[in-house]
Amino acid sequence: MGNYQANLKISLKKGVLDPQGSATMGALVSLGYEVTDVRVGKQIMVEFEAESREEALALVDEMAKRLLANPVIEDYSFMVEEVGETK
Amino acid sequence: MVFPGSNCDLDVHHAIRLMGQDVSYVWHTETDLSQYDVVILPGGFSYGDYLRVGAIASYSPVMSAIKEFAYQGGLVLGICNGFQILCEAGLLPGALRANEDLSFHCHDIYVRVEDTDTPFSNQLRTGDVLKLPIAHGEGNYFASEEDMKNLRVIFRYSDSQGNRGGNPNGSVDDIAGISNLSGNVLGLMPHPERAMEELLGSRDGRGIFSSIVAYLKERSGISV
Repeated sequence: MGNYQANLKISLKKGVLDPQGSATMGALVSLGYEVTDVRVGKQIMVEFEAESREEALALVDEMAKRLLANPVIEDYSFMVEEVGETK
Repeated sequence: MVFPGSNCDLDVHHAIRLMGQDVSYVWHTETDLSQYDVVILPGGFSYGDYLRVGAIASYSPVMSAIKEFAYQGGLVLGICNGFQILCEAGLLPGALRANEDLSFHCHDIYVRVEDTDTPFSNQLRTGDVLKLPIAHGEGNYFASEEDMKNLRVIFRYSDSQGNRGGNPNGSVDDIAGISNLSGNVLGLMPHPERAMEELLGSRDGRGIFSSIVAYLKERSGISV
């Protein structure tokens, strides 16, 4: 068993209106920045044990699909790294 | 249904008592709903709206019982946060996002009745305009074109005359409430249970509850 850490990035799908992103972009523009798009998302860190890197990747994907992201409106991506045998 | 963080459960309880019906609170750990005719998921902030609105509640112990209840044809009504939970649980298609203007909206709105062929709207007429309160920050309904084929629009935001307009949150197609194709699962953002008495501003919510009662009376009349 190895300890793994996953970092997920979750954002609203392209084509799904992102009111937080629009408001933030308006503020950046009013500060004088020539910004053409802003999307606001969230980052989630999960630590867990898995037999192998393959299992770790599969588990994170499953967690994302079932709970961490809502596939109707959100996209997700993640990176997984091994953080040692024991904590 | 009562989830940790529900806060409209008392209002729903009161509304059903006003209709002269029996009602009881069911905690989110219950696993058997077979004794009930209708399951209502009330508004509130279940699990503090953590992660996404309704997301955590959609995995609470009672949800598999609610799914089973719905698949058997039982009536399931989700109001506000209850609607959000039903979407997260996959009992209704689509999802609810932050309001377009990012503000929490707490005021009366008008909805137009679009479909009366459900257990929740059979005492209404198509084109009826109901004045109902809303109170939500995430009522902005979204469904993909594919999802739109798997739902029926029951209520649309409108002006006081029933014309298009009056959408408070940016919902696609001015959607305020939808049902599944078979009509036994309904979710809506406005609060009919807060519109039961003239003293409180409107009694237009009664039509939804009286529809449920009428449907159940007819159903038991046929089956008994």
